[in-house]
Amino acid sequence: MAATGTVTLGTSPGATGGDPRSTEKPLLTGSEIVCRALEDEGVDTVFGYPGGAVIPLYDALPRAGFHHVLVRFEQWAALAAEGYARATGKPGVCLVTSGPGATNLVTGLADAMLDSVPIVAITGQVIQPLIGRDAFQEVDITGITLPVTKHNYLVSRIQDLAPTFKEAFHIATTGRPGPVLIDIPKTLFLQKHEYAYPDSVYRRGYQPTSVPNMRQVRLAADAIKKARKPLIMAGHGIMLSGATDLFREFVEKTGIPVAHTLLGLGTFPESHPLGLGLMGMHGHKHVNDALDECDLLLNIGARFDDRATGQVSGFAPNAFVVHVDIDPAEIGKNVRTDVPVVGDALEVLKLLMPEVTEGRHDDWMAWIDSRRDRALDEALEERPAWPEPYTIIKAIAEATSGEAIVTTDVGQHQMWAAQHFGFDHPDRWITSGGLGTMGFGLPSAVGAKIGRPDLEVWSVIGDGGFQMSSNELATAVQENLDINIAVINNGYLGMVRQWQDLFHAKNYSEVKIGAPQFEKLAEAYGITGITVRSDAEIRPAIERARSIRGPVLIDFVIEPEANVWPIVPPGAANSGMLHQQRFEG
Amino acid sequence: MKNRHTLSVLVEDHPGVLNRVVSLLRRRSFNIDSITVGHSEQPGVSRMTIVVIGRDDEVEQAGKQLYKLMEVLKVTDVTPLNCVAHEMALIKVAAKSQTRSEILQIAQIYSARIVDASPTTLLIEATGPETHIDGLLTMLKAFGIRELVRTGPVAMMRGGTTVGVKESARPERELAVAGNGTTPHAN
Ligand SMILES: Cc1ncc(C[n+]2csc(CCOP(=O)(O)OP(=O)(O)O)c2C)c(N)n1
Ligand SMILES: [Mg+2]
Repeated sequence: MAATGTVTLGTSPGATGGDPRSTEKPLLTGSEIVCRALEDEGVDTVFGYPGGAVIPLYDALPRAGFHHVLVRFEQWAALAAEGYARATGKPGVCLVTSGPGATNLVTGLADAMLDSVPIVAITGQVIQPLIGRDAFQEVDITGITLPVTKHNYLVSRIQDLAPTFKEAFHIATTGRPGPVLIDIPKTLFLQKHEYAYPDSVYRRGYQPTSVPNMRQVRLAADAIKKARKPLIMAGHGIMLSGATDLFREFVEKTGIPVAHTLLGLGTFPESHPLGLGLMGMHGHKHVNDALDECDLLLNIGARFDDRATGQVSGFAPNAFVVHVDIDPAEIGKNVRTDVPVVGDALEVLKLLMPEVTEGRHDDWMAWIDSRRDRALDEALEERPAWPEPYTIIKAIAEATSGEAIVTTDVGQHQMWAAQHFGFDHPDRWITSGGLGTMGFGLPSAVGAKIGRPDLEVWSVIGDGGFQMSSNELATAVQENLDINIAVINNGYLGMVRQWQDLFHAKNYSEVKIGAPQFEKLAEAYGITGITVRSDAEIRPAIERARSIRGPVLIDFVIEPEANVWPIVPPGAANSGMLHQQRFEG
Repeated sequence: MKNRHTLSVLVEDHPGVLNRVVSLLRRRSFNIDSITVGHSEQPGVSRMTIVVIGRDDEVEQAGKQLYKLMEVLKVTDVTPLNCVAHEMALIKVAAKSQTRSEILQIAQIYSARIVDASPTTLLIEATGPETHIDGLLTMLKAFGIRELVRTGPVAMMRGGTTVGVKESARPERELAVAGNGTTPHAN
């Protein structure tokens, strides 16, 4: 069966054991080789869960130079590794056993794949003589994860182990980042070989383009010069390439306003006059109006996801489209492009900067400003009795001066946070964009806090999603992580209920979801739980949570049927967005 | 408009590479008409000839997606190029003593060989462009085709031009399609 991606490496210099001095090098077990390779990659944390196929590797862990975090479910290991990676810009690492351990990773890998997050996942595999025999806890994890990894390996020879790690980290972190999985049969952990870590990687078939074609850069610059109503669509790629500083200079020089994709939040400060905030399905009215009106759309590092574009035939209908992306396959995939620029956002901006002139677009900015929907701000002046979700998000932002890392789960609370936190810094907004993975909030916060212990971490989670991964509270307690958890509790699978409300004649089918008393649950884990039932209690609760070291859970009991506004109905163009405000109480 | 496109794909000869290629094309809903794999002129490099059906932009997207596989070294759509695309067919035709000579004549017209015979059948081996094989099959249909296997085409450019990758360890950076940066390789 050709289902497995067995690799035979050894082409890179220094990778093989042909060296005559090799016999003098000490022999290491495969387990020790894995640990050494991770140390040589500078890994300080591994999120994992043990089992039969990796017992020999776990045997070596106590002597390894990194910290192992024992999660409570393998999917959380992948999502914690993602939280770590997104908060630090370094690759996240997770480690699980064969069979069910490996299959439990799949959702996390898919999440990292769709959001281009660098992750290296290590899975144990059954001993080599049993591969293909349906052995106990054998699954073809390289076959299963083919479409949800950037690349994967089944290592078959001990001498390939170290070079495979080198290559895996290289592939995960370069070009368009993504998850890479290494499947290691138990037999290899027990064999011995000398250790040599290659210092470079060369794959003929892997040459990511980072420097763009200058001709395309000039075409982009020309388009910018000619535009009267230009708009930038800022995506995750700006963050991934470390270009946020230069991007800010570019925006300020050209005077072009910035619409943020969900994962692009934080690439440019929303408090800046040119920072417009969220676009797309739950984007702000003035942002989607600007998309409709603009004559130039400069997409930097976003992939024209359907949640951002709405119905593509009605997307930015008047715009000349320039698309900067490191992945050539994204060009023209979803939206027709007039000027493709393939390259790393940082490299593209470096070359583009000298080609563009200082610009201001006062009339255009005034037009955009005139399209702002102020109804929400006005309504909030009245201070409803319920803890209003907008107020909760804004209160967290104010209390933390917008400096906190915010992770979210998936649903209404996620959109409220995206709309109203007001992100001013890169790498502080950690959310599941492409896959929309419920359960993401808490494990990603665990990973983020471990990666950035210096930053305050808040996790905004729905009552549904929290019930998926609340077991990860145990990990937060065990690691004594100073995480504040804000459960936005509407007693519903709110986002699904909202769709049933708006598009299925209020037929609430299987969306009412009961829950334990979260305050008591917190207490059971030995941490502080706070319940908030009124607007007046919001700020004191947030301050109390901030003053307590270690995990704290706040259960914000909100109006059950609050909706996220505005919303672009599924299948409609962004211009067809619905606006409605509803404030009970 | 959907057309047949013949892609010549050079891949590293690793176990599992066929699976990666096919899995990718399936997942992106590209319609594979035929696929052949075999060794190329370079050790360690296999050549796949994949016939896909799709619009030009879909096939371009398929090529870009293929480049994202680590093992894929080069993808060329040879359809518009001046190339020879031949396949082989083995055809087992029902043959009685009365029809045998007529079948032999038809085979001759199509430059096909008889490679085996039995009292009731002839086994014909034919090579050529797909249309050529189609023509032969039309002619043989009336006699009764008992069994048929077609390989799907393999393709090569005419003249001195080659579709290959440089032998050099690090290929010099070739300029790809406008906007596609400095190498055709995705990430
Ligand atoms: C793993 C998974 N299952 C199902 C869904 C579909 N889904 C999206 S939002 C949502 C409701 C989430 O409810 P909750 O966590 O309470 O958040 P709320 O929308 O109420 O804020 C569901 C079920 C999903 N995104 N992920
Ligand atoms: Mg809910």
